[in-house]
Amino acid sequence: MKTKKSIYLFMIPGGLLFLVFFAVPTIYGLSLSFTNWDGLSNGFKWVGFSNYVNLFTNDTTFHQAVGNTLKFVVSVVIIQSFFSLVFALILLRNTKVNVFLRTLYFFPTILASVSVAFIWTFIYDPNIGILNAVLKIVGLGHLAHAWIGDPTMVIYSLAMAEIWAHTGQLLIIYLAGLQQIPVEMNEVARIEGASRWQIFWKVTWPLLTPATTIVVAYTTIQSFRAFDLVYAMTNGGPGSSSEILATYIYHQAFQYNHVGYASAVAMIFMVVIAIITMLQFGILRFRKSA
Amino acid sequence: MRWLRIPLVWIYALLILIPVAVVIESSFKSLVDLYANPLWPSSGLTTGAYHTLTSEVPLLHYFVNSAEVTVAALVMVLLFGAMISYAILRLPRVLGYVVYGVFSVGMMIPTQVNMIPVYLEMTKLNLVDTLGGLILVEAAFLMPVSVFIIGGFMRTMSRELLEAATVDGANEWQIFWRIATPLSLPSVASTAIFGGVIVWNDLLFPLLLTKSNTNRTIPLALLSFTGEYQTNYPVIFAGVLLSSIPMVVLYVFLQRYFIAGMTAGAVKG
Repeated sequence: MKTKKSIYLFMIPGGLLFLVFFAVPTIYGLSLSFTNWDGLSNGFKWVGFSNYVNLFTNDTTFHQAVGNTLKFVVSVVIIQSFFSLVFALILLRNTKVNVFLRTLYFFPTILASVSVAFIWTFIYDPNIGILNAVLKIVGLGHLAHAWIGDPTMVIYSLAMAEIWAHTGQLLIIYLAGLQQIPVEMNEVARIEGASRWQIFWKVTWPLLTPATTIVVAYTTIQSFRAFDLVYAMTNGGPGSSSEILATYIYHQAFQYNHVGYASAVAMIFMVVIAIITMLQFGILRFRKSA
Repeated sequence: MRWLRIPLVWIYALLILIPVAVVIESSFKSLVDLYANPLWPSSGLTTGAYHTLTSEVPLLHYFVNSAEVTVAALVMVLLFGAMISYAILRLPRVLGYVVYGVFSVGMMIPTQVNMIPVYLEMTKLNLVDTLGGLILVEAAFLMPVSVFIIGGFMRTMSRELLEAATVDGANEWQIFWRIATPLSLPSVASTAIFGGVIVWNDLLFPLLLTKSNTNRTIPLALLSFTGEYQTNYPVIFAGVLLSSIPMVVLYVFLQRYFIAGMTAGAVKG
């Protein structure tokens, strides 16, 4: 069939929207990262790679933000992927109770991050928070903490809120993956005398590779993006102990007017995410073929 | 390990239910009560927080803003996204892959990467602090996921069916509007829900692109409470509850689409 010229017209409105407000800004951001522009004045200088050099050699807050981002992302990805798989395996059958539990688990996903932020700020409150209250009731009062006021604890406390908000969503992805595995596969394995544990490792887990790839990649990207939650709960504090790359870009650009510098952080941020995502797809695909 | 499984799922259920229950309960307490007795329901419940909230904050106005932005952005992104998805189907194969690929890569770019240039661009275009500007940006940022979901669905449609329509003399617009789109409605619905939740709950772009009180959306208004009602949890929680109502109502009625939207394209891989 010949392609009619008119088909190209279908791409114009969406293409323009995407180009003007998405693609061009991304490229423009790259060029800004080589300037010292403050975002306000008319004049600015090209400074080559000096923003990048500065970031890697001098900027301790940036180093801290990289560390915090990694701590946050790694804890969220590991805990969230693990529990969403465990819950999916337990709640696989479509009984009434299971459907209710899945629906309940999914519920936090529809809340705004700002709402999640308020809920958890309250839970963590050192004086009236329910977390400390519950710890005292069960006799673990010595564990009570100023959860988001403590610089060593804050990033993991934020990760906990993120996990609470999104585990139910990933459980649903695993569930969809599990439901595509033919029941006969398990039956055959069981008849051959395999234990539950063996069936999981030898049959279910390999067949779940596509779902795992999606869950891990999606969680990674989503937790890298967790700007709203961190901004609303701690805004990077106390000090810069929960500054992540997303909030650091925002602070540099809109609080300190270092637009060029912030753009360089944004570019590094993008490259890091691209590399991690490609590695994940690479490793998981390799595992699939192996 | 059966002994472990049942308690585990109920413990997690409590982890979700307890905070939600506490939020509801706290919103009906007075501030003094809350600080005196944070955990247990204390003597008298009051709707004071709701009165404070609705009398001092133009909440309805923020609802209307959020609804306008969400609906307008969705209409644009669904129509344009479906059109591009259809074009991908009808383009020469290689070109179709390229277009689909470009949008898929767009999905991986975090918003924080382009927020600075988008802000600068909107300043130049004089669109900062207008709902129109916010709508355009929200729609543009949803384009990748829209093409990914609707395009992914349309690709499974039979090409013969479309060709038959061509033979019968239908033009491209007619085929798109009368055949391809109706057949893709499940994916359009999923995208609508998925995108709707994202736009309704978004904080970053309203934070960047609106300045005046009149243009605030719900999440931004909620955030501003922290300044105005510092640690006045009853008022804040009343705001959290009222602002969640639209999504909760939709969720109750459209659960199937919510879940389909959130997982769309996820397991085909």
